[in-house]
Amino acid sequence: MRSLRVNKAVTLHLGAIGVLFALQFVLPDYHHVNLARVMVLAGFAMAYNISFGYTGLLSLGHAMFFAAGLYAAGLMARFAGVGAEGGLILGVIAGLAMAVAVGLLALRTTGVSFMIVTLMFAQAAFLTIFYFGEYTRGDEGFIIPSGLRTLFGFSLVEPATRYLVALSLFALCVAVSHGIARSSVGRVLAAIRENEERTRMLGYNVFLYKLAALAISGAMSGAAGAAYGFLFGYVGATFASIQYSIFPLLWVLMGGAATVLGPFAGTLLMFYLVDISSAYTSANMLIVGLALIGLILFFPKGILGTIRERAAPWLP
Amino acid sequence: MVDLVKPKRKKQTKQARGVSRRTALSGLGGAAALGILPGFTRYAQAQSSAPIKIGFQVHRTGIGAAYGRWYDRTTKAAAKLINESGGINGRPVEIVTEDDGTDPKRGAEVVEKFATQHGADVAFGTLFSHVVIGSAPRAGELKIPYFVVSEGHHVASGMLNRYTLQPCITDVKSQVQSMAPWVASNLGKKVTMIYPDFAFGHDHRDYFSAAMAAQGGEVIGKIAVPPTESSYFKYFPKIPRGTEVLYHVMVGPGVLTFVKEMGEFFGDQRPEIFGFIDSLEAVSINSPGLEFLEGSYFWEANPRYAQAASTKFDAFYRAKVGVDASGASIDDPKDISTYSHMFGCWETLHFIKQGMESAGYRGPGDRAKLIEAVEDIAAMAESQAHPQGAKIFNGKTHQVFGHQYISQVGDGKLNVVHKTAIEDGFYKDEVDYTSQPL
Repeated sequence: MRSLRVNKAVTLHLGAIGVLFALQFVLPDYHHVNLARVMVLAGFAMAYNISFGYTGLLSLGHAMFFAAGLYAAGLMARFAGVGAEGGLILGVIAGLAMAVAVGLLALRTTGVSFMIVTLMFAQAAFLTIFYFGEYTRGDEGFIIPSGLRTLFGFSLVEPATRYLVALSLFALCVAVSHGIARSSVGRVLAAIRENEERTRMLGYNVFLYKLAALAISGAMSGAAGAAYGFLFGYVGATFASIQYSIFPLLWVLMGGAATVLGPFAGTLLMFYLVDISSAYTSANMLIVGLALIGLILFFPKGILGTIRERAAPWLP
Repeated sequence: MVDLVKPKRKKQTKQARGVSRRTALSGLGGAAALGILPGFTRYAQAQSSAPIKIGFQVHRTGIGAAYGRWYDRTTKAAAKLINESGGINGRPVEIVTEDDGTDPKRGAEVVEKFATQHGADVAFGTLFSHVVIGSAPRAGELKIPYFVVSEGHHVASGMLNRYTLQPCITDVKSQVQSMAPWVASNLGKKVTMIYPDFAFGHDHRDYFSAAMAAQGGEVIGKIAVPPTESSYFKYFPKIPRGTEVLYHVMVGPGVLTFVKEMGEFFGDQRPEIFGFIDSLEAVSINSPGLEFLEGSYFWEANPRYAQAASTKFDAFYRAKVGVDASGASIDDPKDISTYSHMFGCWETLHFIKQGMESAGYRGPGDRAKLIEAVEDIAAMAESQAHPQGAKIFNGKTHQVFGHQYISQVGDGKLNVVHKTAIEDGFYKDEVDYTSQPL
């Protein structure tokens, strides 16, 4: 029975990646590039899902991990001429290092205190970008020269390459999420989320598991940040603002916390909600807000979370 | 210095490229269209009378919304006027508006939407530098001309690309450089600057410091205020003794508090005060708390209050955009315009018209020709199309140079006391975009 569930989950994820691969050949240009953007940001949302969805760590500061990757890659490109190959690795390392450093301090708190502490750390990171404005150009940001935006000789400016790189990152994030969700580590993380005290009583080092979850989440966020910089050519402090800490939370809530593909569904839905509603009204965030209220009323566990609850319990 | 005589150069051609997915699809689509449509000639004729679509990227929401509202009104008024006078190359102009949310990510998406979904011929608009810088790489990749009304030095600095131009509003480097001689000669040579601690403020700090040094003056205090600050009392004691001029360029909702607290700190014993009108765009100079500014000076790109010396072109422009002689909306005197910036939208649309007509622009296939044509525009005369004043466009750096104004607050108005020469704002070229391929 368990292997059947696993097979179904693997089939679903491979199918989703296959559909996304096929879509590049039929999508009009606008949706083609934006699906690439959504896939990168979904990587960020999946990273958030590992700490929030699976482990129950409600962070309000994940923008700092995304920005760590974005700036590590961007600054090294700007000042040292490092290309995407090195930039992506640096992005992962920066996200990981920042998550471990923040986690060592912030994980001494729980619940609301954890939210506040992560929010404060993120604000400090945001202001640090301004403080070093001579190098970062603060709020204005800077551009990664198109000559450096290549990966193994392929130009990331080309739409097809950009799409495939975004899809690869997305597939990697799906694999990591799936792996964690199905592993014994994932079950311990879920146990921490459901009852931290009981998990500790069972002999698990809860702090270490939470730190590991945050570190993986930070590394994935950093990878998404670095990829965003190289794929779209811009590095700016906006991506370190509170707004970009709230977005992954919303994407995960919309799509379904603790589901592998939920963060992607939420990111996609949110993008098109803003895109379509802004064509009709400047109050587009009101429409997004109403959609969120509707989702909470009718899909309290997010889209995939509710589907899992009502129709497909095997859904990972 | 700006080269007024344009060197002849070889026309750039599209880079040879392999067959991409898009090329193949568009080739197939084109072939199919030729096969299905009842005669390609008829198609071409229909195309020639179709509207020219101008994608207008605007801050409808977010921190730039006050600017966006007036950018929107000005753009609509300019498009209406252009259409009433025959459009562009005999074709009507259609403005396709999209909100960028004053966000660089959304800004880039909006440019993509113009190019790939709306089928816009060009993209134009927007003020905040981070939105422009976030959007420009996509404009360059999509090869859609992107005309910005942003005031930042980002275009002329060489950071952007050949498809991004700032043809009708001067940049901050040029503005502060033009101000420095008058400030040094009339207000004092020892200046303390208070500026927001982000890129816009840093540009003021760096360029004005250099310009004052060139005048034999000195910036003796540089006080950066973090963007999250809401009270400014603690910064005023940092102003060095001996300050003759206080230069401020605070922006955002905190400006009223800033001025009020500055008044309470200095009382009657204040130095000369010089500010940038950016602080008070869309804000009435008669707002409670701003009394302290009486007698102080402001840079303006375009005088908000109609002056005795104002031209008939300015009067015409005011009437068309619905602004009265005090810079407020004709319909609502409490709705103050962003007069020192929004003219850029009016003038940029006319600049696009001039460029398209010069290039014989017929459709997106002529975008490269359009870029070359606008790069060849050097001088713009003061006219209905350019009511702010004459300008000189540098085709190499894609940046325009123009007159600046210094106004003094008196009797609840801004009265112009000095107008700079265009040449006062010239500086050495930092880039030659024409050397980049199209």
